[in-house]
Amino acid sequence: MTNRMKTLLGASVLSLALLTGNAMAEADLRMTWYNDGNESEAMQALLDKFEKQNPDISVTLDVVPYKAILESLPVQLAAGDGPDIARVTDLGGLSKYYLDMTPYLENADYWRENFGPFLKWLDPDGDQISGFMTQLTVTGPYVNKTLFEQAGVAMPGEGATWDDWAKAVNEVAAKLDIPIPMAWDRSGHRVSGPAIAMGAKMFDDDGNPALVDDGLKSMATKLYDWHQDGTMAKELWGSVSGSTYLGANEDFANAQVVMYMSGSWQIPQFADKIGDAFDWWAVPAPCGTAACTGMPGGAALVAMKDSDHPEEVAKLMDFLAQEENLAEFYGKNLFIPGHLGLATGGVDFATDDPRAKHALETFANAVPGISPTAFDLQGYANNRVMFNALISRLGEAIVGELTLDQAFDRMTQDVEKQLAEKERGN
Amino acid sequence: MSPKPSKTASEQLQAIAAWPLQMFFRLLDIPLRGIQKMGGIGSMPYVFLLPNLAFFGMFVIIPLFINFGFSLTGGTNLFLQDRVYVGGEQYSFLFECENYMVSATCQEDRFWKGIFNTAIFVLFQVTFLVIFSLITAIILNRKIRARGFFRAVFFFPVLLSPVVVALIWKWILLRDGILNAFLVTLGLDKILFFVSPEWAMFWAVFVSIWAHMGFYTLILLAGLQAIPPDLYEAAEMDGTSKERVFWRITLPLLWPNMLVVIVLALIKGVQIFDEVYVLTGGGPGTATQFIVQYIYNTGFTNQVQNFGLASASSVVLGVVLFVLTMLQLAATRRRNNG
Repeated sequence: MTNRMKTLLGASVLSLALLTGNAMAEADLRMTWYNDGNESEAMQALLDKFEKQNPDISVTLDVVPYKAILESLPVQLAAGDGPDIARVTDLGGLSKYYLDMTPYLENADYWRENFGPFLKWLDPDGDQISGFMTQLTVTGPYVNKTLFEQAGVAMPGEGATWDDWAKAVNEVAAKLDIPIPMAWDRSGHRVSGPAIAMGAKMFDDDGNPALVDDGLKSMATKLYDWHQDGTMAKELWGSVSGSTYLGANEDFANAQVVMYMSGSWQIPQFADKIGDAFDWWAVPAPCGTAACTGMPGGAALVAMKDSDHPEEVAKLMDFLAQEENLAEFYGKNLFIPGHLGLATGGVDFATDDPRAKHALETFANAVPGISPTAFDLQGYANNRVMFNALISRLGEAIVGELTLDQAFDRMTQDVEKQLAEKERGN
Repeated sequence: MSPKPSKTASEQLQAIAAWPLQMFFRLLDIPLRGIQKMGGIGSMPYVFLLPNLAFFGMFVIIPLFINFGFSLTGGTNLFLQDRVYVGGEQYSFLFECENYMVSATCQEDRFWKGIFNTAIFVLFQVTFLVIFSLITAIILNRKIRARGFFRAVFFFPVLLSPVVVALIWKWILLRDGILNAFLVTLGLDKILFFVSPEWAMFWAVFVSIWAHMGFYTLILLAGLQAIPPDLYEAAEMDGTSKERVFWRITLPLLWPNMLVVIVLALIKGVQIFDEVYVLTGGGPGTATQFIVQYIYNTGFTNQVQNFGLASASSVVLGVVLFVLTMLQLAATRRRNNG
């Protein structure tokens, strides 16, 4: 065979392979994903498994920063240029872009049985099936138990109030010279649970949003005071503007914080980063005058209605939502399951860390005690408008730009203004 | 008759490399000749400007009009045709104030806070930027040792991405950053730079000057080198003092370059966003939240993305920048007219 013939043959084989390759993958799906830790690895493993079983569907996993999910994804979706599937946390806010997969699902009843309560979060005004929770989260505090032991201070027990905790952590910090007695994520979602515990109703009698009431004022005033007396460090809440999220996870992992108010999604990260360097301990939500509650929440994987391949999207979602696949996903990532069957039957979490196991147990046990107001707020489509108004104006009060009363007035105005703008043209 | 000298290998290579270019221009020549024949030689400048104008129109002029269109609408729909026409409502909302000097009395307090913060930033940043650039240019114009090295050192930050610049300084200035570690070794207390409004503004100005000074130094250096040396020699022979030389020779002859530097720095200062956004996030509170960040937040980071209000704010910013650009043009024209 001459060289020329060999080249010709090689080129033909290559062309055929390329053509066949294209012909085999009839649908190319794109999934936009963000990571809290490295859960995209577990998702990619499931996608590989799916592609093997369905050679006519290929799925590209686009891992983006969380900020892109909050800021760029809504614009992409509004422009009709979004992905087929995305992992989101603004569950109800983006619901107008979700695909109702009901007609395409093999067994819609399976979805309703296992994801029932959470489907409402994705479609507050209807009953469509658009996705499932990749993780259910509960907000709550972690404490550095080792510091308590070293300081010889008793940890407040079940039923302790926020004031009890504030007193205890200040004592520990003073004895051991720890720079930050207490830190909270700079997030309206994080503040809402304790505010509800203090009696905040969040909605008026007609179900309209009513952010500022005595309960919220009471919790906001506590936060303000804690920033002034040094219980909380101004550098977290006071060092940025607007509704910018800031977490104290790094400071907590470096043993610079005695008590850290965050949530269950930090478990895998702490198990990985802190390990057994000290005893990081999840504790039940401290109590207010009205309840002892955190906020539920989480992230969902949702299908988008602008997809060119709704049938294939539903097929993939159906595959991912199967009990054995979700058990693998939740187990690997130490996530509280958002699947009722798995929540009841239990998930085999891939950890031997007693601290992680205890934290998972603590947060899972907190679910039944979550206030109905907290569930309502989580299911409210415009909850981020309320969260952002709360955090940005409270932040301005903490650094002294506004008085607390001015901040409360501005919170109400911000919510009213934004909701009025949203209503225009709808 | 002597034989024609044969081409060297290098010349042959050049000829081969130039061939496609020659062919391209020959082909281009045909339609251009046709256009010239039809429109006359006077039309040719417009023909040559057309590609650039089309590009400029597509990515600057048309978006400008679309943005203005958005500023007259409300609601959250993305496409202009789906939005509600509200006339000048967004503008009147922005300008609804009891006292324009107190942002808290304005309906949209953050817009006015952004305006005031930007004005303070520009005032300090431009003043010190020009002063430090001038001093650096004068020093680098002297015959000092390793002059080339120092010129490169001062220009280096200009080459860095604003995000990189901000992250470097953020790591230096954090509670556990290098600067605080240094303060502790001196027996001093740590300073929480990003918690104090004054320190945050100071570092926003400082980092911005550090990042951009090299560029303006270069412009002034070019101006200094264009001053005829015989003027300095004559002054030296007359025994003129160094201060008098600076005020009577250097500064007047450098003034056209200074003007360019001032106006460019002013425009860039008003547009400040990326460095400060990464460095301070606009905080503490809204102490370093500038007007561009306000526009960004209003249009993109809120759950209800208020494109109408963000567009109206950017039109206001555009008017300010237009005035500054006109000032630069007027100054340049005056310089050209002597």
